Parts: sequence; C-alpha cells; structure tokens
Amino acid sequence: MAKVLMKGNEAIGEAAIRAGCVHFFGYPITPQSEVPEYLAKRLPEVGGKYVQAESEVAASNMIYGACGVGVRVLTTSSSPGISLMAEALSYIAACELPVVLVNIMRGGPGLGGILPAQGDYLQATKGTAHGDFKLLVLAPASVQEAVDLMGLAFQLAEKYLTPVMLIGDGMIGQMMEPVEFPPEGQAKPLDPGDWALTGCAGRPRRVVNSLYLDPELLNQHNLKLKAKYARIAEAEQRWELYNCDAPYDVLITAFGMVARICKTAIEELKAEGISVGLFRPISVNPFPTRACREAIDKARRVLDLEMNMGQMLVDIEAAAQGTKPIDFFGTAGGVVPSPDDVIAQVRKSLAAAGVEPAPARAPSKPAAKAPKGAGQAKRAKK
Amino acid sequence: MKKIFGYPQGLTERRTHYCPGCTHGVIHRMVGEVLEELELRERTVGIAPVGCSVLAYEYFNCDMFEASHGRAPAVATGAKRARPELVVFTYQGDGDLASIGMAEIVHAANRGEKISVVFVNNAIYGMTGGQMAPTTLVGQRTTTCPAGRDPAQVGFPVRMAELVAGLRTPGFVARASVHTPRATVQAKAVLRRAFEHQVQGTCFTFTEILSTCPTNWGLSPKEAASWLEKEMIPYYPLGIFKTPDMAEGPHLRPAEGL
Repeated sequence: MAKVLMKGNEAIGEAAIRAGCVHFFGYPITPQSEVPEYLAKRLPEVGGKYVQAESEVAASNMIYGACGVGVRVLTTSSSPGISLMAEALSYIAACELPVVLVNIMRGGPGLGGILPAQGDYLQATKGTAHGDFKLLVLAPASVQEAVDLMGLAFQLAEKYLTPVMLIGDGMIGQMMEPVEFPPEGQAKPLDPGDWALTGCAGRPRRVVNSLYLDPELLNQHNLKLKAKYARIAEAEQRWELYNCDAPYDVLITAFGMVARICKTAIEELKAEGISVGLFRPISVNPFPTRACREAIDKARRVLDLEMNMGQMLVDIEAAAQGTKPIDFFGTAGGVVPSPDDVIAQVRKSLAAAGVEPAPARAPSKPAAKAPKGAGQAKRAKK
Repeated sequence: MKKIFGYPQGLTERRTHYCPGCTHGVIHRMVGEVLEELELRERTVGIAPVGCSVLAYEYFNCDMFEASHGRAPAVATGAKRARPELVVFTYQGDGDLASIGMAEIVHAANRGEKISVVFVNNAIYGMTGGQMAPTTLVGQRTTTCPAGRDPAQVGFPVRMAELVAGLRTPGFVARASVHTPRATVQAKAVLRRAFEHQVQGTCFTFTEILSTCPTNWGLSPKEAASWLEKEMIPYYPLGIFKTPDMAEGPHLRPAEGL
C-alpha cells in the first residue's frame, strides 16, 4: 500500500480500524482530540460505534463494558484525562480485559499545559492506580511506529488479556508524516474466549468481576496476575540501539520523540568524529533492563534525556546498578529540547567522563556553543 | 408432591446476604421473574453496583459485571452499544446512582441508552453502616446527620425519577414501592414494562423502587414498611413520570399565566 501523509492522531485512529477495532468511547482533550474527531467520521463508515462520553471517567467505564462483552475497543486521552481513567484501568486490569488506550501526553502537573511532554512515564509504567497491576506500555518515536505499535498493542492485549497503553508526547499526535497502513478488513474479530459476557445461552453464566472478599482468593488472584506480568516481562521487551556498534564513551538513553531528536544530535556529533550511542526502549513496561545494561556496560557515562524531571531515570538507574555515572537533562511543560541542547549535554557528559574533544573539532566551537546552551536555559524559565 | 413456589430462572439458587426485612430480596426476585417471563435470561447482561447490592452478580442468573461505584450506566452503555442484541440492566442503590454516579446516570438517560436501570432507593447508605444519602429525608437521622438532615446545610433529598424524567430525551421513568404486597405487584408490572421497552428498542428505562432498611433505620421490618409508607411516599410519590410517547412529562408544562 502506498504511503499517505497523515497527522499522528488521525493515523492512530486509522491504525485501530486496520487492527479490527471499530468501537471507540472517548472524551475530547488537547492534544489528542483529532483521534475522536477522526473516528466519529470514520467508524460509521465501517459499521463501527463511536460514543462521546460525558467524561473520561465514563469513557473508561464504557470501554470496560464494551470489552467485557467481547469487542475490540479503544479510548484515547491526554494526561489529566488519563488520571481520570486510572480507576477504571485498575478494574480492567483486575478483570483481565484486553483494552487498548493511548495517552498523547501534555505538560503537567495539574492542568499543566497543552504542549508535548513525557511527564506520565511513571504513571503509565509504575503507579497507574490502586492495587498490584501493570499496564503493558509502548512508546513510539514516529507516526509510522505509532501505527505499527497500534496493531501490536491489540495483539498483545488479546494474547495476555491485559490492558495495553501507547504513550506518545503531543508531537506524535500533532505532527504529520507519511505513513503506511496494513490493509483494511484483514483483522479477525476478537475471540470472546471463555470470558466475554455474550449472553449465557448454552453455557454457564459468566461474571466480569474484581471483588474477592476472601483474602486467600484475592491473594491467589494477585499471584496469577504477577505470574502473567512475569511472562510478559520475559517475552515482550522491545528496544532500539542506535549507533551502538561503534565504540562510544557516552550512551544516551531516551524514549519517544526525544530519542528521535537525539538521533539528529548523534549524527551531527558523528560528523565531528564523536561517537555517541543511543538506547531507546520501545516497550517502557516491561522495561528492557538487560538490553539497557548491556548498552550501558560499553559506555563510560550515561546521559538520560527526557521531557520530564527524571522519570525513566529510575529504570536507567536500576539497569546501571551504580556501575556507571548517569547524567540527566530534562525539560517540562512543553519545552522540547533541540539537537543543539542535546549536543551541549553530550559535551558536558564527555567532559565529566574526562574525554578529550575529538581532534577534528575546532577549539573555538565549544565556546560558541556554550552561550547557546545558556540561552536555552533562559527559554525554559519563561 | 407438586412444587408451587421456587426460584425464578432469573435468580441463582443462593441465599442472599441481605439483612432480615430488607426488601432488596423482593426486588431481586421481581427482576429474576421478569427475566424468566420475557425469556431474556440467556441474552441478558446485568451490572451490579457498589453498595449493599454489590454481590448482586452472585444472585442474578445471567452474565454479570461488577462495576465501580456509580459507573454502572457507563458500563451498560459500553456493553449495549457494543452488542445491541443483549438486554442490559443496571441494579443500583441511592448512594451509587444519586451521589457518586449522578453524572453517569443523567448522561446515559440523556443519550437515550436502550438499557434498563433498576434504582433501589432506601434513603440511606446501607453497606457502610447508615450514613446520609442524597435521598435521606429532611429530619431523618443517620450516622452522618445525627441531628437529622438539615436542608440549609445539605439541600433537599434528590428525587431521581423526576430529575431523569425532566430530560427532553424520550424515556420510560417510573417510581414504585415494595412495602405492601399490593405495591409489590404494581412494582413488578412497572418493571416488566421497562424491560419490554428495552426489548422493543424503544428507549432508556428507569424504574425507581422505594425499599426498606430496617437495620440502619433502627426499625423492625414491620415498622420499616410503615415508615416507608408514611414518610417516603409523600416525598417520593409513586407513578409513571414519563413514557416514550409523552417525552415531555406533565410536570414540565409551562406554569399558568406566563
């Protein structure tokens, strides 16, 4: 199929349809509103159902209801809206329902802002809501990858009967890129298995429930979920290594769009003769700890870059286990680091690692970069 | 020996956990009988709330969800939109529906979801031990309004049937009671009509049923039935407030002289 130029949010909506998901319940919130807008138009064309809920609280309970009766279902939102959905996500995970949701992250905390951020990493991967449950979380770095991961998200949700979340910053949702979709109408319908509430004709009745008043039964349920998460952690780690074949002194760790900005910086540094590696987790939960550690082992120093105040940093620290120093550079509130910002941070890390500037470099250049870095810091204060 | 009375098909053969004299059991039975009479059991999905009837999924003999507190109408919306061939009902108490779930019930009604809501109003929070509900009557004492409900502080009790009937979207909205055998027979007839509307795909249906809570009212079952009649019915009048062919109920007519 030929590539089409599409906005990220719309591409995510179309990717869901291609994955066989024709039920959407959601609520408008910037910067993801183009997903519901696109699906409101598109789903009736493919015999699907679009419902605008009265709130994210209701939307998340509607997907619980729709998935519980055995249909593939999607909701999308942005940071404050995801917080409102968190309660239902705990129920959905407890009831082992294969829903897919997307968080097009904006700046927080509180009402925050509407510009791109990555401030919900910990919420998505560690502490979404009450109780012992985990989401399977994927973090695309381009519109095409968002499309590809949407298909994977439904497959994984249904394979493990667990909720899967895509986290993209506002840039993924708002930018336009050429994308290619899998063909339409190829996906098989969701198998309602032995769990979906389809009416009890010819079989014993079923219950979708997360209430276990008997402590031992609830303990067993938690152990069952834990075993499932362990299976997922074993089999579903995904990551990308960039420029890691050549020797490097500094390893950058970044996810989503920040990793893509880092690639531009890495190419510019390469032209100067400086080799920097990049480790980008694609599955941020389960986090590819072993692969990350292997990449860290080859470096003298790690530089973690995120559009938050240091959230994935806890996973990088856990992977490094104190074996290598870790520098961190973070922006928030919609301040997007430029390749020059990344280069300035790499130079700091190289200096801290005691690495001499590459011989190809003109000696005046680092000085010329320094005021630029200072200027960026000022911009962040505005 | 001939069996003359047993469980309806719509109920599982389990003993309920309800207190002696509580009328939840009667209302459960009516729903179970309607599922049997209309032959709906095998294509019905029910949604249990949080509250005294949190374990209703153990008692209704059909596929069941357990919802989070107040969200049953949203869960029902998802289920019914995804599989319109199913008969979907929620069973909710007054704390669940009229307090924490106010947004979900009003918007499900306003969207005209083709579901049946069974709303059990006993004017108190039962499961948590007798706290004030949105439906607690003026002057009624509870553990969180020990001097009696003061409308100057907390407003007046919410009349849910009237509130839902006030929406422009067509619906079937009624209030019934189960404090006497006669009232119970009428309540069952209303409930059956509500489910029939859903089967025909007509409209959203809302059946409020006044219920007793002898334990938290501090009354005997007999006194509780009497209290319901004397105190609740004057404030919560019984009747059909809205049918789909009179979308704007009588109480919504403009006042005289305007």
